[in-house]
Amino acid sequence: MITKMTVTNIHVLNQDSAFDFYVNKLGFKVVDDIPMGPDTRWLTVSPPEQPDLQIVLFPVKVSKMFPQETADSLIALIKKGIFGCGVLTCKDVFATYEELKAKGVEFIKPPTKEFYGTEALFKDDSGNYFSLQPLDNFGHEDSI
Amino acid sequence: MSSEQYPKVYLYRRIVQAKMFIDRHYAEEIDLENISDEAYFSKFHFIRLFKSIYGKTPQKYLQAVRIEKAQLLLKGETSVSDACFAVGFQSLTTFSGLFKKIVGEAPSSFAARHKATQEQIRKSPLTFIPRCYAYQHGWLENSNNEEPEV
Repeated sequence: MITKMTVTNIHVLNQDSAFDFYVNKLGFKVVDDIPMGPDTRWLTVSPPEQPDLQIVLFPVKVSKMFPQETADSLIALIKKGIFGCGVLTCKDVFATYEELKAKGVEFIKPPTKEFYGTEALFKDDSGNYFSLQPLDNFGHEDSI
Repeated sequence: MSSEQYPKVYLYRRIVQAKMFIDRHYAEEIDLENISDEAYFSKFHFIRLFKSIYGKTPQKYLQAVRIEKAQLLLKGETSVSDACFAVGFQSLTTFSGLFKKIVGEAPSSFAARHKATQEQIRKSPLTFIPRCYAYQHGWLENSNNEEPEV
């Protein structure tokens, strides 16, 4: 029986830039930041209130995992904005939207009422996109 | 519904600005009454709105930010007393008590535990990385990675 998700990946184009985005803009916590040789680090972060989920900020570069052709294709798709990396939840989507926008986060869609609740969409520094929804999006009441 | 149309957007912006002011100036002596004045709210109204959005009063939020920043400092080479004053506390006793209440351990033991972990990471980083990932990266093939040059 599967019990929980422990580690997952977000493929990023640049770990330094991803660190700034996820930690300084989104407010994620650094779990591990371990140098593993020149230009390589093991970098994982967690959402602020979900410390037991490690998200690996996985750099896409030519390596054992990514031959040149694979790396080129993946980089092109990430830049194109193909990959949705999931739903991030918050207490108040309007306040979170205003704060992230003030920090320079690029929104594809401002908070919008959909049939499933209020949702905003934003991109990370690489091109991956996320849905931002209130925790109680299955019956959100405006805070103000 | 566009961003300009959602309910009382100007209220959200004022509260968010106040929150971001705390994020930037946590280390200074912050007069929360001044923040509510600048946000054009009565103190009571400001606190109520802030709490409705962030789940805690501005005062509690400021304390939480200071303790969080202190944790980052203690993970470095900063001493407990330096961390205390660097994040805006005026009293070491208040800082230590609040730190223990929020983090669950005293600042000194937090710092010592983190230092020990860092030492372990320095000596054998691969023990902190899931082996499946280490394998994918090719880090298991080179035992020199146990003590990488940084």
